[in-house]
Amino acid sequence: MEFEITFLVMACIFGLFMAWGIGANDVANAMGTSVGSGAITIKQAVIIAAIFEFAGAYLAGGQVTKTIRKGIVDANLLSGTPDLLIYGMLAALLAAGIWLLVASRFGWPVSTTHTIVGAIVGFAAVGIGMDAVKWAKVGSIVMSWVVSPALAGIISYWLFRSVQKFILNKDDPFKYAKRYVPVYIFFTGFILALVTLFKGLKHIGLELSPVESYSIAILVGLIVMTIGIYFISKIKHDPNADKDFHFANVEKVFAVLMVVTACGMAFAHGSNDVANAIGPVAAVVSVVESGGEIGQKSALPSWVLLLGGGGIVAGLLMYGRRVITTVGKHITELTPSRGFACELAAATTVVLASGTGLPISTTHTLVGAVLGVGMARGIGALNLNVVRTIFLSWIVTLPAGAILSILFFFMFKGMFGG
Amino acid sequence: MARTTISSMFGSSPVKPLQQHMAGVQECIVELVPFFEAVLEQDWKTAKAQQKKIARLEGAADKLKRNLRMQLPRSLFMPVSRRDLLEVLTMQDKIANKAKDIAGLITGRKMEFPDAVNDQLIAFVKRAIDASMQAQTAINELDELVETGFGGREVKLVQSMIKELDLIESDNDKLEVKIRGALFKLENDLPPVQVMFLYRVIDWIGELADLSQRVGSRLELMLAR
Repeated sequence: MEFEITFLVMACIFGLFMAWGIGANDVANAMGTSVGSGAITIKQAVIIAAIFEFAGAYLAGGQVTKTIRKGIVDANLLSGTPDLLIYGMLAALLAAGIWLLVASRFGWPVSTTHTIVGAIVGFAAVGIGMDAVKWAKVGSIVMSWVVSPALAGIISYWLFRSVQKFILNKDDPFKYAKRYVPVYIFFTGFILALVTLFKGLKHIGLELSPVESYSIAILVGLIVMTIGIYFISKIKHDPNADKDFHFANVEKVFAVLMVVTACGMAFAHGSNDVANAIGPVAAVVSVVESGGEIGQKSALPSWVLLLGGGGIVAGLLMYGRRVITTVGKHITELTPSRGFACELAAATTVVLASGTGLPISTTHTLVGAVLGVGMARGIGALNLNVVRTIFLSWIVTLPAGAILSILFFFMFKGMFGG
Repeated sequence: MARTTISSMFGSSPVKPLQQHMAGVQECIVELVPFFEAVLEQDWKTAKAQQKKIARLEGAADKLKRNLRMQLPRSLFMPVSRRDLLEVLTMQDKIANKAKDIAGLITGRKMEFPDAVNDQLIAFVKRAIDASMQAQTAINELDELVETGFGGREVKLVQSMIKELDLIESDNDKLEVKIRGALFKLENDLPPVQVMFLYRVIDWIGELADLSQRVGSRLELMLAR
């Protein structure tokens, strides 16, 4: 192996750049709903996102990273030529980064996840051989792209229906909001903690039995709920606020819930999307560190997860604030009682996928969740055109990512392999 | 900065603009009361000023209507059917149009009303305005309806408002019958052309309440979906 240091540095730079891009752009979709509904300010959104994106990436990002790193390409075929894997992963990172730049310039709703998966499949299938791709795994990933928005939509539909039934349609919705919102808060904390505990914490040396996981998750839920109850108890009914719009006070209670789901959303996003940036980095690192062996067994070094988390936070701090503001301004129709349903549904779906190691698009999942609330007649107007352009972007993104990555693969091969 | 996927997903809700349009319509039609008072006193200067005001307010409501229509592309996914929504808008718009027509016709012909029907006429106009006000009250509940996802208590509330609107309209019908009866007794002593137009004005005032009622029944269709 020559150029080891060069490969490492390149991988880190490309990975950091991707993570930075995710922080600058994708986070806005996850956090914008909270800001748009007025539940939190921009500043709070940035702080919440920074903390929970990082926590999600570090604590629960391992499984998806593993899939990106060694779930798509069959590394056994490469045991004699480990450098091919390095070229390919570098090419995939570069291709995805460039494609995302182009797409965001034109405002296309492409997903980071779809781009990186397309890029990895591309270099593996063409650069190495059709056999090098684990098509079964790729098939299940693609399936999850269809299932995840649908699942989020179904969850958000029923969440919102339950809010209608238990709170909004009562004679005194304010009283019922105060009674039931803590339950939703508990549920949010419980689900996120549970999935994280089940799948995530091995790399920081924490192994728990199912009973322990459940107990801790319940405990986390209760703690979050107690904090929530404290803030809810401080909300006083203000009759003036209800003059124009009878649910103004009720929405104030939901705003507390929405702060919690915003944290959950940021956590979920970090746990899934960070892998897009650092999965390929991890693959390169493991080959280089094991001295050219394809280390199927080697564990994911923690510093790589830190790199991804750090990159996301950097992008968020430098650029994300502006994008979140833009998003927030456009979705004022989304009140906290809907926003939480969307976020909780999306966060649950994404965290479940993270636990299973499926790389899915957080943004598309959120789109599904918003549609779910729309189906429950909860949103003034939704643009169905967006759904169509998302489908179109799938059709374009996969080959675009693949072709670019094939080009870069042969370029790297020519540069370093000669 | 291009809008992101999530932000481009949200269209602008038609609810507020629809309510604003109805408010504009209401603002226009309440001016009929001072207008009729001036006409009955044969104060044509004031009447003309009022008629101009009504026409101007109708124009303003028209602008709101056009703006709302422009922002309702077919690709929009809304909690109410697009057709019902546009239908409500059209009905609301017709109320203002009718008010403008009434004021225009009366001013143009400098119409005189027999003293015997004066009081009844004012009461009749006021009742028609009550109807449109009730329609506006119901339309103002639309944002609460969306908030509750068109369920339970809020739906019952709006249904009771629409029932009230129906009562006002049928009350208005009774007033119309009475005023026609009064006019019928006098019509032989009045110039026939004048009588013809008197009946027409009475017709149109009755239509004001009819249109308000139709705003209500369209709203009811929205609830039912």
